[in-house]
Amino acid sequence: MWSILSVVVENKPGILFKVTHLFRSRNFNIDSISVGITDNPNYSKMTITTYGDEKQVEQIVKQLDKMIDTVEVKHLDEHKTVFRELCIFKLKIANANDSMEVNKLANAYGGKVHDVRKDSIMVELTSTPDQIKAFEELAKPFGIIDVARTGVTALQRSGA
Amino acid sequence: METMTGAKALMTAMEKEGVKEVFGLPGGANLPMYDEFSRCDIRHILTRHEQSAAHMADGFGRVSRKPGVCFATSGPGATNILTGIATAQADSSPMVAVTGQVPVAMIGKDAFQESDIIGMANPVVKYAFQPRTPGEVPEMVKKGFYIAETGRPGPVLIDVPKDVQQNESPMDFPEEFKIQGYHPWYDPDMVACEKAIEMLLNSEKPIILAGGGTIISSAFAELQSIAETLMIPVVTTFKGKGAFPENHPLSLGPIGMHGHAEANKMMAEADCVLAIGTRFSDRSVGTFEAFEKRLKIIHMDVDPAEIGKNQTTSLAVVGDVRTSLRVMVKLLLQKAIRKTEDSVWLKHVKETKEYWRENLKIHPGEMGAAKILRKLREVLPKESVITTEVGQHQMWASLFYDVIQPGTFFSSTGLGTMGWGFPASIGAKVARPDVPVVDIAGDGSFSMTENSLATAVLEDIPVIVFVLNNSTLGMVAQWQRTFYDRRMVGVDQGGCPDYVKLAESYGAQGIRAQSMDELDKAIKSALSSDVATVIDIPIDPEEDVLPFVAPGTSLSDMILPS
Repeated sequence: MWSILSVVVENKPGILFKVTHLFRSRNFNIDSISVGITDNPNYSKMTITTYGDEKQVEQIVKQLDKMIDTVEVKHLDEHKTVFRELCIFKLKIANANDSMEVNKLANAYGGKVHDVRKDSIMVELTSTPDQIKAFEELAKPFGIIDVARTGVTALQRSGA
Repeated sequence: METMTGAKALMTAMEKEGVKEVFGLPGGANLPMYDEFSRCDIRHILTRHEQSAAHMADGFGRVSRKPGVCFATSGPGATNILTGIATAQADSSPMVAVTGQVPVAMIGKDAFQESDIIGMANPVVKYAFQPRTPGEVPEMVKKGFYIAETGRPGPVLIDVPKDVQQNESPMDFPEEFKIQGYHPWYDPDMVACEKAIEMLLNSEKPIILAGGGTIISSAFAELQSIAETLMIPVVTTFKGKGAFPENHPLSLGPIGMHGHAEANKMMAEADCVLAIGTRFSDRSVGTFEAFEKRLKIIHMDVDPAEIGKNQTTSLAVVGDVRTSLRVMVKLLLQKAIRKTEDSVWLKHVKETKEYWRENLKIHPGEMGAAKILRKLREVLPKESVITTEVGQHQMWASLFYDVIQPGTFFSSTGLGTMGWGFPASIGAKVARPDVPVVDIAGDGSFSMTENSLATAVLEDIPVIVFVLNNSTLGMVAQWQRTFYDRRMVGVDQGGCPDYVKLAESYGAQGIRAQSMDELDKAIKSALSSDVATVIDIPIDPEEDVLPFVAPGTSLSDMILPS
């Protein structure tokens, strides 16, 4: 089960270390993690995605909750959550036609094109991990030179 | 606000917390704090190794239920206390460990005696602080003690850079503070408590499993009241040993890898268990799956993360177990529920207990472990405090030394730290100077921290070390005999050292006891001695601890003595 956890922590040095260490020492895995300050500068919010059965995820949530530096821990229901990931692909292009095709593909996925060169092109994409995966499959034939992803960030919908 | 150094502020804050003793060892990076001992009323107890200082603080903390305090310098001093901190964490023992650190500007430069103790200790502390300015010290000490002793207790580390100790600042000693992400207490769950009673009443073969949490929260009277009112037999985990008087008719003793035969058997037959303050460790429950399907588990714990961690439960009662048990006792009174002892289950339990108490085969020799420990029990006053080391002697103590007064038996049960018992007994004796304190030891474990004899003698802390000496790492040897076809590797201690001479060389009393008569005299002599005593008791190196539930098997598959 793929799960999204939203963890509000005190904005102090060393907390990211403690959270990631908790995953390691409790034998859980981090699929992705993104961290940023909240509107209150005293807190940061970590969005962590992880795989595990229901019992494991429940245990992760409890262990995170037990951490003294965590202020709030939520296991988000992905159907009641807006979640996105920013991803930048650098793709090979052989000719002008490739460039056009990549442009079309990027447009179809709501992406933006950057840094167009004669043999490479960059695509910035903000989407769900599934959509990014789908884009990646379609981009593969061009040749992926490099890719960078931010990890998922997420916010629960109002009334959820 | 008074202006003072960080070191002075630390000691002042600790005095405000009621600290009277600190166990420790000085070094370059904690000298400013040590200098303060010359000007304050806190007693410093010098140890010969920082690990022992941590174990002493741990022993003090378990007995007094107030955080024990240990000091170590930076670098190796700090890494040396790690085992002690991890031991306290594994057994939920309240402790405050204070380490020196290199000056703030030197951190990260691989300075002399620098270690990233905050990073290293992270997985084995309840919380860690590192003040970067002297003004932060008082609040960190206040919070540190609060975190260490509330909720599920545990060790807190305060790592103080040397310049933070030396520099001055106006100091505010706050009475009030807020830790937003820390919720140590939960209100008792009335609905769950009522449901728990209902489940126990509706079961045919109920049992109570009391874990270490019962002792930590001192829920002795409440536990006994529930057991007696509902006439439910009580087993304990090893850590919970002595949560319930072991001479009580309803007591079956500890379950587990080396649990009592009757306890393991009844645990395996029960249909509903009231599990109090236990994490269902593998050593306690073996492979629980074998019978958990028909076993309803009511799990009471102060730590919500324990619910469902190792065991799926039918009902969770989150909160301080003493408070929850009190609610249950009150409910039983209100409903005027009282069971008599005529149930089929209880009759079966009593018969099983009687059978095994009479028929468990023990070592035939005069100096068999069972006889030695029963002799110790017979001679010691019931209020005596016991610590143990880790190994065969520990399990024999569990099997054959009955704890009569609840909360007088302590052992490194979670981490299983050899060398814990002796320094812990010193800490225990500092907390309870009025009662005899005995470390039940094996020669292998005792040799790990035997230099604490210096502390016991020089600081006038007359504990008793009761060494069951088979000149072997006995438990390892037992596994080699059982699982490795008697290929004995790395277990022979070669009769070295001579523990009587060792004791005497430190100025302690050393007595060798080779017969029951000598043992009787030795214990009595130790009890009346005003210096620490080591009683060296040679035993048969071939003696196994039985019953034995092999790892990965179920409690009902015990290996019994043949």
